[in-house]
Amino acid sequence: MADRGFQVARLPGFATIAIIVFVALYLPIFTLVAYSFNASTSLAIWGGFSLDWYAKAWDNQQVKDATVRSLIIASFAAVISTTVATMAALGTTRRRAFKGQTLIYVMINQPLMVPEIVTAVALMIVFGLVKVWLTSVGMGGLTTGLGYLILAHSAFCIPFAYLPIRARLEGMDLTLETAAADLYATPWQTFRRVTLPLLAPGMIAGAMLAFVISLDDVVITEFVKSGGQDTLPTYMLGQMRRQLTPEINAVSTMLLGLTVVLLTAFFLLTRKKT
Amino acid sequence: MSPAEDRAIKTSARNGWLLSTPALAVLIFAASGPLLIVLVYSFLTPGQHGNVVWDFSTDGWVGILWSQDIFTGEWALADAHLAIFWRSLWLSLMTTAFTFLVGFPTAWFIATRPPKERALWLFLITIPFWTNLLIRTYAINEVLRKEGLMNTVLLGLGITDTPVEVLYTQTAIFIGMTYVYLPLMVLPLFAAIDRFDMKLLEAGYDLYASRMQVLRRIILPIVKPGIIAGSILVFVPSLGAYVTPRVLGGGKQMMIGNFIELQFLQGKNWPLGAALSMLLLIIVMAALLVYVRYANKGSSHG
Amino acid sequence: MSMNQRGMTVADLVTISARNVVKAFGQGAAQMRALDDVSVDIRKGEFFTLLGPSGCGKTTLLRLIAGFEMPSAGTILLDGADITTLPPNKRPVNTVFQSYALFPHLTVAENIAFGLQMLGKPAAEVKATTDRMLALVKLEALAGRKTSQLSGGQQQRVALARALAPQPKVLLLDEPLSALDLKLRKEMQIELKRLQLETGITFVFVTHDQEEALTMSDRIGVMSNGKLQQVGTAKDIYTRPINRFVASFIGETNFLTGVAEAGGVRLATGDLIALPLPAADTGHAATVALRPEQLRLGALTDAGAIPARVASLVYFGTDTHCHLHLADGTEVVARLQSPADGESGLVQGQAVGITFVPGAAQRVEE
Repeated sequence: MADRGFQVARLPGFATIAIIVFVALYLPIFTLVAYSFNASTSLAIWGGFSLDWYAKAWDNQQVKDATVRSLIIASFAAVISTTVATMAALGTTRRRAFKGQTLIYVMINQPLMVPEIVTAVALMIVFGLVKVWLTSVGMGGLTTGLGYLILAHSAFCIPFAYLPIRARLEGMDLTLETAAADLYATPWQTFRRVTLPLLAPGMIAGAMLAFVISLDDVVITEFVKSGGQDTLPTYMLGQMRRQLTPEINAVSTMLLGLTVVLLTAFFLLTRKKT
Repeated sequence: MSPAEDRAIKTSARNGWLLSTPALAVLIFAASGPLLIVLVYSFLTPGQHGNVVWDFSTDGWVGILWSQDIFTGEWALADAHLAIFWRSLWLSLMTTAFTFLVGFPTAWFIATRPPKERALWLFLITIPFWTNLLIRTYAINEVLRKEGLMNTVLLGLGITDTPVEVLYTQTAIFIGMTYVYLPLMVLPLFAAIDRFDMKLLEAGYDLYASRMQVLRRIILPIVKPGIIAGSILVFVPSLGAYVTPRVLGGGKQMMIGNFIELQFLQGKNWPLGAALSMLLLIIVMAALLVYVRYANKGSSHG
Repeated sequence: MSMNQRGMTVADLVTISARNVVKAFGQGAAQMRALDDVSVDIRKGEFFTLLGPSGCGKTTLLRLIAGFEMPSAGTILLDGADITTLPPNKRPVNTVFQSYALFPHLTVAENIAFGLQMLGKPAAEVKATTDRMLALVKLEALAGRKTSQLSGGQQQRVALARALAPQPKVLLLDEPLSALDLKLRKEMQIELKRLQLETGITFVFVTHDQEEALTMSDRIGVMSNGKLQQVGTAKDIYTRPINRFVASFIGETNFLTGVAEAGGVRLATGDLIALPLPAADTGHAATVALRPEQLRLGALTDAGAIPARVASLVYFGTDTHCHLHLADGTEVVARLQSPADGESGLVQGQAVGITFVPGAAQRVEE
């Protein structure tokens, strides 16, 4: 018997297209990952299962340097952006709207709105000017180092840290802090013993998101870095101009793996407990 | 209001500012401030070996559309520039249109799954969005290459005799951008469809509408805000794309982003690069303004 | 088959017919039946109400008639044709939804015109019908408004006009008045009745409000637990309920149980309630239903009076409810019209004799 009846929400062909989209979305990535285990050097012919390329990647000094650099920058950027974003979130929520609050909001979200190439070019120019000035006042030693990259990354990571923290703050029960005050806690104690622990999951989520975003950045890093100061993505971009080997696949797969792990953790952390 | 309340409000505002200062400082120095410098640079003169000479000039802005003959010094319309702008606009529009065509059914599919499944499908569509843009572009590169997946399938199925060379063409960039920006179309569409009252579909069918009529006359008009949001979220990054056209276009098919980079490398025309950046920024801001205005108008209908 | 004066049989007058309809979810022991072997005939031009508590299956039956769901078993007929598997957009049946389901992006007039446009009617006809509908529900002034700007009562009328515009054979109304406040609801009840008489369209109305059902309907189908309990006019159902559920769902009822005899039902107290019973039932348990307003309180010596003692009196203004205990403690409620001076003349603890109008006592199944 036609028990299913007339499906109101069914639109012909939509499910088919959707499934094709999902397959098309993941197929290239799976292919890339699969070929990282390819024994042959050709990127097209399957030569058998092998972990050679991973070994090669591990041995590659440039890859190792780039990875270390990426991780350092991402860690610093995550910490810095999360800290300032937390303070900004505390400053812009749960209080009477004050003059200029929209301006703060716009500035915090600005990295999301401005095309990366524009920011990249702008930072290249500005940092260049700063380095020239530093050299002229005798502080030439400060013209190198990861500081510029860390600063640049921190800036564009701020909105990504800010949004989950702000969401968590707005969802928090105000009466808990009122209860703490009722029980003789000073504002600082209330913050340290009540607000901060409750805010922690949001901050961790924000930090993880910032970390992922920093790890993945290509354009801004490419323009801000000094020669030889490659991060993993810029190293890969450089490699794409030359002879491609499945070593790139191996590096990509490792980066992908790390991203997926962090993202899953983020999703689990920010899931609404039903 | 009592003086005490007044003081409390002022203190609250002051604290708000104080807490936001560190973030603002970072942003002013490494995000917003530099943009102003770029604006200044767009009005300077190009230096001999790149960088700028601090003399005022509007050549940077003029150079967007016209180029000066190096021998005669005459200004003429720069066809090459126009070709790049047109290509960027065309590819961005095509990407937006195509991501909508395949993204809408995808969003509809996710939104009509049972609630337990829905979170999983959302997760699946979100992961590609957060993974490295470069990796995703490289993955498409792998698929489109002469010995890549696409050709393997086409040759294997006998659809073509020789490998199709699509890399380093506009088509490759189009495919790449669609692949990379698709989740940005799906997510706002999903949000809009999620809010849609399914009972309206029953009402439509009750009143003799066919499935196509229900789609055209009921669903699409009501989820229009989601369509606009998704379109802007795809169009804006497409216009300013850099990595995808560089990897898949091979330097021959430049878009605005690559063209800007060129000015800071071989082009040795920093003011032009600065002016182009400002132009891109202005276009993007305009598109965002349109969206914000439309979003506010839409929400007043309730 | 009975024939009326014009020579038409009752069968000719039936428009919607449900035959042995089952709607089940799940399998085996855990199976839940929203509708359990329901059969009903609804007549052309009548105001038919499906009445029952929430979960009784009335809305499910309505949705089966509309076409949004299909039965697990059984058939649905419209004017003799089997429409069981017909999709909703092919059935000349329209629905007024409980949440109204008005299209928020269309104006009032555009909502009303929708069905006609889907049917491909020429523009001139669409305009004429839309104007007529607007006049019918008195919303001409609001034709150009977006529906989200209307009040609940106005939205309700738009939903009504929209469903009536394509002139369906049957109009289905799914608890359309439940979201309205009391005063508005009473006004709309009168409106709906007027509209039904004016248009002559068969209305199938779903509600859980028995007062609504009693005042508006030509016939009522009382449902409970997926089964149709009784179908009849308001008077039939009220005065001759066939089982305990119908008797207690509609109005208030006293239930007295005893053993069947030749002359009536013998209660545990030894008193006899006189009513005609088939001989085959003698010796079996039987339940009698008596409405509170059908009881008369008089002297113990009155003929056939059942002795009782007054437990409490509750004054309700127009009525006084008198709670009584029979000899074995069974509780009975009598509703007496309050006398002019407000004094019922009864006191707590007083011994009275209960009598009732002949024919008032109803034998009901459990």
